Amino acid sequence: MNFVFYLTSAIAVVATAMVIFHKNAVHALLYLVTSLLAVAVIFYQFGAPLAAALEVIIYAGAIMVLIVFVIMMLNQGDSTVVQEQTWLQPRTWLGPALLSALLLAQLILLVSSGKISSNQTFHYIGPKQIGIALFSHYVLAVELASMLLLAGLVGAFHLARRKKIDSEGSSNAY
Amino acid sequence: MNTSIWITLLNIFGVLIATVLLAAILTWGERRLLGFWQDRPGPNRVGPFGTLQVIADMIKLFFKEDFTPRFADIPVFVLAPTVVMATMLIAFAVVPMSPSIGVADLNIGLLFVLAMSSIAVYSIILGGYASNNKYALLGGLRAAAQTVSYEVFMGLSLMGVVMMSGSFNLRDIVIAQADTWFIVPQFLGFIVFFIAGIAESRRTPFDLPEAEHELTAGFHTEYSGMKFGMFFVGEYLAVILIAALITTLFLGGWHGPLLPPIIWFCLKTAFLVAIFILLRAALPRPRYDQLMKFGWKVMLPLSLVNLLATAGILLWIA
Repeated sequence: MNFVFYLTSAIAVVATAMVIFHKNAVHALLYLVTSLLAVAVIFYQFGAPLAAALEVIIYAGAIMVLIVFVIMMLNQGDSTVVQEQTWLQPRTWLGPALLSALLLAQLILLVSSGKISSNQTFHYIGPKQIGIALFSHYVLAVELASMLLLAGLVGAFHLARRKKIDSEGSSNAY
Repeated sequence: MNTSIWITLLNIFGVLIATVLLAAILTWGERRLLGFWQDRPGPNRVGPFGTLQVIADMIKLFFKEDFTPRFADIPVFVLAPTVVMATMLIAFAVVPMSPSIGVADLNIGLLFVLAMSSIAVYSIILGGYASNNKYALLGGLRAAAQTVSYEVFMGLSLMGVVMMSGSFNLRDIVIAQADTWFIVPQFLGFIVFFIAGIAESRRTPFDLPEAEHELTAGFHTEYSGMKFGMFFVGEYLAVILIAALITTLFLGGWHGPLLPPIIWFCLKTAFLVAIFILLRAALPRPRYDQLMKFGWKVMLPLSLVNLLATAGILLWIA
């Protein structure tokens, strides 16, 4: 149980590090997919199967596909690898890396001091409980999210709409 | 204890070997059936009725030069064909074939299958990208757009079934169909899922990613030898998986009179696979924009209406 958890976490951490440091965009994205899958395994292990399934279906299976899609469309080739090399100089990443190392140290300190209860008693949360919680206690958040998504949809529609500036005159122009 | 482990192992390897063998045999079966429907013999030379054609094809594939283009993105190029086979085989793990046969009894079985089929897209996209070839790239782009859009209502069309059985577990869904198969109350969902299933497995009429008359072979243009073979077998695995899923979700799974459960399951699945092949023999390929328009403007509203109606009726009855 613990072994599986630590192995999956290690995979997730290494894969995420590779996302940051890899020069090739598509390879980095593949590592990101691996990292998402590892997180899904952790979710499943700790009694949240619905979150695990949605992590794979929505993040790994849909959003990442779209990102890979865009990168394929741009298809920049080897020039981007050179560009990444010039961007990833130590003086660019040293500052943020130091600060996040401090954050990590804080986190480790907090966890090891036992302030946060780290007992392994977790309970299983099925799809039904999540549905009930979403549509009773968190219904406002669901509605707000749906409005945000609707706004995104309208924006996408506006951007993608074909402007008719053709020779047919203004009768059907909009 | 010891015997139960053996039974589990037998289950795992039995399902694994049976599905891979069936997918291989289907390469012959499809050509035979297509020949039959198109009034020509099909492959009938190797062995009785041409049944050894599969072995001949495999020998040929293994001994072909496994060519990797110099300009390809080599690690991704090698990874791509494995993804589709691995995900399809893993997805079979949650399909219950009879009361006693079936590898895993996952409480989110249905979502698991959907997750695996959405991961399988990477195979096509990465194959198209890594080949570094314009035809392959176009095929990959088409596959990405097509599968992402058809996945949306593939999932939605199944929610009616989930509502009626009250579970994501495929075994519970089959048990809930003991009296009436879900194809009767969920006919709309069945139609939507069937069409989305064809699109997900990229069969004709939805095989635009590899449309051979315009893209040579689409995403697998640069693939040869067993790497191509894996794409090929992966497609047949997807066909069998979709057929088995439709059987499980809409046609009552293993339920049926007289014959033993596993025979009923196999019969229904084989019937659906034959329909898939018949569709390939009968239907022309649509234009790409027609495909997308059909998906978003017809199938999505249909599945939403189905969802709403099912929910309303269930609430009204309860």
